[in-house]
Amino acid sequence: MTDMHHPSSTPAFLEVDDLTVRFPTRDGVVQAVTGLSYKVELGKTLGIVGESGSGKSVSSLAVMGLHDLERTDITGSIKVEGQEVVGLSENRMRKLRGNAVSMIFQDPLTALHPFFTIGDQIVEGYKAHHSGVSKKTARAKAVEMLERVGIPQPNRRVDDYPHQFSGGMRQRAMIAMSLVNDPKLIIADEPTTALDVTVQAQILDLLQELQRDFGSAIVIITHDLGVVAEMADEVLVMYGGRCVEHGGGKEVLTHPEMPYTAGLLSSVPDLVGDPRERLHPIPGTPPSLLSPPRGCAFNPRCGYTHLVPGEMCTRELPPLESGGRGSAHLKRCHLTDSGTVLAEQLPVYAGTAMDPGEPAGPTAEPDPTPKENAGE
Amino acid sequence: MSEPLLEVTDLVKHFPVKSSGFVRRTIGQVQAIDGISFSIEKGESLGLVGESGCGKSTTGRVLTKLYEPTSGSMKFDGVDLAPLSQKQMLPHRKDIQLIFQDPYSSLNPRHTVGSIVATPLRTRQVVPENKTMDRVKELLEVVGLNPEHYNRYPSDFSGGQRQRIGIARALALQPKLMIADEPVSALDVSIQAQVINLLQDLQREFGIAFLFIAHDLAIVRHFCPRIAVMYLGKIVEIGDRDTIYERPHHPYTQALLSAVPDVKQAEVGGRRDRIRLTGDVPSPINPPSGCRFRTRCWKAQDICAKEEPPLLQIGRGPSAGTGHQVACHFAEPNTSIIATPQSHSA
Repeated sequence: MTDMHHPSSTPAFLEVDDLTVRFPTRDGVVQAVTGLSYKVELGKTLGIVGESGSGKSVSSLAVMGLHDLERTDITGSIKVEGQEVVGLSENRMRKLRGNAVSMIFQDPLTALHPFFTIGDQIVEGYKAHHSGVSKKTARAKAVEMLERVGIPQPNRRVDDYPHQFSGGMRQRAMIAMSLVNDPKLIIADEPTTALDVTVQAQILDLLQELQRDFGSAIVIITHDLGVVAEMADEVLVMYGGRCVEHGGGKEVLTHPEMPYTAGLLSSVPDLVGDPRERLHPIPGTPPSLLSPPRGCAFNPRCGYTHLVPGEMCTRELPPLESGGRGSAHLKRCHLTDSGTVLAEQLPVYAGTAMDPGEPAGPTAEPDPTPKENAGE
Repeated sequence: MSEPLLEVTDLVKHFPVKSSGFVRRTIGQVQAIDGISFSIEKGESLGLVGESGCGKSTTGRVLTKLYEPTSGSMKFDGVDLAPLSQKQMLPHRKDIQLIFQDPYSSLNPRHTVGSIVATPLRTRQVVPENKTMDRVKELLEVVGLNPEHYNRYPSDFSGGQRQRIGIARALALQPKLMIADEPVSALDVSIQAQVINLLQDLQREFGIAFLFIAHDLAIVRHFCPRIAVMYLGKIVEIGDRDTIYERPHHPYTQALLSAVPDVKQAEVGGRRDRIRLTGDVPSPINPPSGCRFRTRCWKAQDICAKEEPPLLQIGRGPSAGTGHQVACHFAEPNTSIIATPQSHSA
């Protein structure tokens, strides 16, 4: 695990293969993640997009080994630098966590401990992975890290407590904490969601600078398509615990082949174009992971199921396979030529599917209030 | 032209900061809002944008008198609400309703949806008791919920549906002005558009004016023909949507717009060149002298520290009264903020 700065010789730093995460609960088994596979190379950024409950955070917590194994069933394989992480003992996991792999959490106020100074928290991970570090060296390391993430007067601020930092500074401190051991893989779970846009821009800049300087692999988990568009080399869209679309960032965001991705893209307003144009929401609500819909998890909200013969969408789970745009772009959709259909129909997508006069496809809606569907 | 529905003049809200100890002396003031003026016409939506701590939410709360204003006036329908006591305020309350950000904490989990929506109807006795449930069902239907679900509890509903319940409650008294404080920011992306469309339908149908408070610039642009940008308790720029987004004059507006990540950027990859602000918003307890933005502004000069720039009219359009106003000593238009995606050589 020493100097391995040869991105070309290590084809993928993180390899997730057929990852399945389930939580048995009193109400049944929550199928949080099902059959998820992806790879991230050093120096590259993967963006995982999805709504709450899509499994995006759960899958990355599994990479960090942060699930309570007594309450979680994890199958499949997660390889970090070739080393299998699933089933690794807690002791071995600790050697990895915060060292080669680290995580940046969404809410810096709850992720930082209020009773310890920023400096102490930053070097905690450093001390854990370097035995016999003197107090002086540790402090110098904390100051260096704060300086690296752009905190002014790091010498003084290192002794501050989290409440003395503003939101943006806390997020910087957390990034400093996660970078203290020069990790080769950074998992950033909604790293800027709690921040204002001007501070968000600073943090995204910082992440990119650090990646350029240290060649780390980054997995950025977000619901913000704008952030993904600007940060990610590759995009993975999750829905109902499964990957539903996967490909190059530009490719997926400009030529979506899965109706859900297209729906997401057309439901966010834009800073250009006619503001009077109506938004095209996706009707309905995300599925329950306790009892996901049969067939394609998106079928109750999809406006294209009528184009697929034999009611396949409600009967059979579509495989994740390449559509019409090459083998690097995978989609989970029964509709052949879905890319072309979506490109043609994108503007009318909502107009037909969401007009109150016309019911939106099949009404197999497990939700207590199917009215929400027709409401739009 | 008729009088605006709401006319806010020099509104100020300061929160005292008390010392700890036995004698709690006031040792400072959080200057949450510091002299803002704007107006909203009947049936119009005004967007209020800015970063956390800029005073946008406080503005909404002062307008509903959840906070007492420190000074200034807010004329609603010809009556200045600022000096009114809570009791005198009562008859006006039904005309101004709030929609809250968090649909999980703004509904009482122990009350059924029916009783939540019926509460304003009952306290106001706007409909006879035996008609109340009919009206509740009607309201639920208007916001796109199944009226037969009136006896369910909020926990049976998803976030988007709960937000609809909150909207039905706000709608119950047929307000003239709705104050929507981040109404969609707690919702999933695919649900946000549903709620935005609903609010637009309601506005069109019932002619309700909106004060739409949000930090998401794209959503505000979509919802509001007029927009005010706030920074540290001041309005720094106000104008119509096209002006604010296409020809912003204030450096802060320009920086704010340029910081928004743009999904269109995917076409070329990488990040846009943007105006990079350094540092954070200063404390509202001790705001910078002169222009409050000067500590982060790349145009700042000596005058900015000495003199506070007034909010001045830019140009003289035919509709000068509702025109474009900017508070900056060095205001100049920047038309290339929201530009086409940029290729980037890193």
